Amino acid sequence: MKSIFKLIITLTIICAVAAIALSFVHQITLKPIAYQKRMEKVRALKRVLPAYDNHPEKDILKVPGKNGKPIEVNLAKKGGKVIAVAYRVVSHKGYGGDISLLMGLDMKGKITGIEILGMMETPGLGARIEEPAFKKQFVGRTLKNTKWAVKKDGGDIDQITGATISPRAVTEAIYGGLQLFEKKIRPALKSKGLVQ
Amino acid sequence: MTLQKEFLKGFWRENPTFRLVLGMCPTLAVTTSATNGIGMGLATTFVLVCSNFFVSLLRRYIPSKVRIPAFIVIIASFVTIVDLIMAGYFYSLHKALGLFIPLITVNCIILGRAEAFASKNPLALSIADGLGMGLGFTLSLTVLGAVRELIGRGMIFGVSVFGPHYPALLVFVLPPGAYLTLGLLSALMNRITLREET
Repeated sequence: MKSIFKLIITLTIICAVAAIALSFVHQITLKPIAYQKRMEKVRALKRVLPAYDNHPEKDILKVPGKNGKPIEVNLAKKGGKVIAVAYRVVSHKGYGGDISLLMGLDMKGKITGIEILGMMETPGLGARIEEPAFKKQFVGRTLKNTKWAVKKDGGDIDQITGATISPRAVTEAIYGGLQLFEKKIRPALKSKGLVQ
Repeated sequence: MTLQKEFLKGFWRENPTFRLVLGMCPTLAVTTSATNGIGMGLATTFVLVCSNFFVSLLRRYIPSKVRIPAFIVIIASFVTIVDLIMAGYFYSLHKALGLFIPLITVNCIILGRAEAFASKNPLALSIADGLGMGLGFTLSLTVLGAVRELIGRGMIFGVSVFGPHYPALLVFVLPPGAYLTLGLLSALMNRITLREET
């Protein structure tokens, strides 16, 4: 009996001390972690959006998307007027898992930039979708001025040597995002009176 | 004298990666670059030194029946601390290492050192052991990462060495390259040791 008590008490003390220490560290790192996450978002927004004078990371419009999930649309404004939007799109057709990216669009529906947020593609092959040369080719494209497929499939998008699956997934995600803009985001902006 | 011995053994004679062949999971998975190798190695070293310290300090008070859960709680706590600190202050490295940071908890090196060394030895020796083993692990991972990065991408620490026209042998950055490099380096190490002995 006595020995069981000793076991319980020892383990309880160790766990309690560990819990206190961890909650202390958690308190300290709470702010830096939140800051890093916010900065990551701000950096990505800066890359995909044209010059703005507001805080798009805080200026969010929630648009109801498919199956009730709201899409968070970041608004870039200049002189109080919305000049561009940015939002996240995801492709489930990546080679190593989902590819999520942030795309920026101006009010004419023209792409101002794309940024890969998360992917697990093969380093040196599919992962090259993160290279500026690949991402740059999307700038200026619209739903209508482009055949939305990779060149191998008869479209306009340059694939990467040795990797077709990842660029195809990115292309598909962006195409879906452009359709989303026309169908949901632009009407939502209009109904809020943010654009004509 | 023994302090020095316990510290140095992790680098060569009892090198955790090439001699004890422990902690293979993070070794193979994260050594795609020298930077990742150093980051993973140092995070593991921190956990190893801290857990050895506490296990050695409490070795007389932890009943042997509950020693494993006690060790794991100590180890997991330090891993969580490393995880939080890295997320807060070394965000990009934290992102590159991803899931492998929480998995330091189940790295055999750490529980292995707690059980085989720190629970039986005094404080100073245990710290020397943890530091030596950790830095030996870090060195192995960095060398592995550097070799793979150099052959697979023509770079070291993200800096191009051979210029843009280097025909990169991609397979070395991919998972098979981890096995190839580990095997080749172990063979090299064995050869050097055999020479010394004869």
